Amino acid sequence: MTKRVDRRRALATLAASVSALPLAGCDLFSQNPSVQKVLDSAESLTMRAQRLLVGRQALAQEFTEADISAHFRANGSTDPDDDAYQALAQSGFKDWRLQVDGLVEQPLQLSLEELRALPARTQITRHDCVEGWSCIAKWTGVPLSVVLQRAGLKPEARYIMFRCVDSPDQLPDAPDEYKYYESIDLIDAFHPQTILAYDMNGAPLGKAYGAPLRVRVERQLGYKMAKYIIRIEAVQSFKHIAGGRGSYWADRNYEWYAGI
Amino acid sequence: MIVYRHSAMVRLTHWIGVICATLLLLSGLQIFNAHPALYLGQASDFAQPIASIGTAQKDARLIGVTTVFGYTFNTTGLLGLSGPSNDAQYAFPSWLTLPGYQDLAIGRRWHFFFAWLLVIDGLTYLIYSLVSGHLWRDLVPSMRQVRALGHSIIDHLRLRFPRGDEARQYNILQRLSYLATLFIVVPLLVLTGLTMSPGLDAGFPFLTNAFGGRQTARTIHVICAFALVGFVILHVLMVLLSGVWNNVRSMITGWYVIKPETHAHDQTG
Repeated sequence: MTKRVDRRRALATLAASVSALPLAGCDLFSQNPSVQKVLDSAESLTMRAQRLLVGRQALAQEFTEADISAHFRANGSTDPDDDAYQALAQSGFKDWRLQVDGLVEQPLQLSLEELRALPARTQITRHDCVEGWSCIAKWTGVPLSVVLQRAGLKPEARYIMFRCVDSPDQLPDAPDEYKYYESIDLIDAFHPQTILAYDMNGAPLGKAYGAPLRVRVERQLGYKMAKYIIRIEAVQSFKHIAGGRGSYWADRNYEWYAGI
Repeated sequence: MIVYRHSAMVRLTHWIGVICATLLLLSGLQIFNAHPALYLGQASDFAQPIASIGTAQKDARLIGVTTVFGYTFNTTGLLGLSGPSNDAQYAFPSWLTLPGYQDLAIGRRWHFFFAWLLVIDGLTYLIYSLVSGHLWRDLVPSMRQVRALGHSIIDHLRLRFPRGDEARQYNILQRLSYLATLFIVVPLLVLTGLTMSPGLDAGFPFLTNAFGGRQTARTIHVICAFALVGFVILHVLMVLLSGVWNNVRSMITGWYVIKPETHAHDQTG
């Protein structure tokens, strides 16, 4: 009896390993750096094609109040494991400040009240997650262009970096390279729908959705729309930052340009 | 008698298309596994997917379940729960995804690279078909073929394939299935794929709305992918049944051997 079971198990193992052989080949391919480089070439082609076909100022679709999703899924961090952040949240982000620096003429420190006093834009848009689902919500915030104009970009600035307090890997007190960060180019930074949102569906942004401030980049996927922003930095290049690919998820093989 | 059946351009675009479609399917299933549920409309109503794959508890054991329009099936071993000891919680099993382990980022890299290649391949074929006359000569059925449609279906069901002069060209069932696949299913796959892009959606919102919203477009994308799989199964079956070596050689070298008409065939038609 045992012998038969053993034989059956051996056959099953053999069958499993044989069927896995060609796939193991594919997996080796997937992990090969030069194969990855070839596959990655599609990203710049996609970005150039989209920039060519879609006007710089073209707006993402906006919807009506009736279209707002009853349940909006929250991905990534939903409650950052960061003592300083939790202390700020306790006091309603009264002492929270957004730092705007890097390649700017005039570095800024802005409180939530100051952000709310700036010109605002409200938009009901569809949030497309890289996983495949979509949710619709109403976002209110200050256009990023307004903040950048106040700070005054230096001519050599090329990208706007968003530094966040959360570490999706759930490492407490994670070093900076493990914290969430994102970057967009100046075309997206000055797009009218790119806003620093502090309200969602008419109420202050909830913790799961990035309180107190997240960015909306409506023509790209959800992971570009960094939550829990504490610092906005204008840079010439992101090669020296964390994994060097310009975003937390880009460092983990996702596209930096997430328009698809 | 041996005839030159497939032009070099048709052969080249065919095999590049085969490679693209295979890798797009496997990487597509990997992408689907990141959120194995389909919806209708612009946004996802998580409480009411029209189809989903997942796991459930049954008699204190985990089983793989697939739900379509409210009907639930136990699909342990293939969908929801698979692997040598049925403990891998993938929607589609590891052996059907590229890469074989769960990795949405790399799946997307494969998908978008071969999507570009497929578009280039498809446009090359389209321009060639129009310019060379391949479309009208070989794909659009003649009136005579249309009139004999019923006859052709019966012949196919009896596994009796054209011989002699009839075999020089594609028969009507080939023509109709190739036309439907190349000019309906594949373009729908490409267009619904483009519709899922938030970047293109800003430039061409009418496309998204024409499909009934982004989530409907995603659902159509998956349905078309399976329609293409269905076509490939029938296509390969027909290749196997109507002379596998002759067919494969003609698709590689272009040369196809035509069997002379037989008495049996004469009698039937």
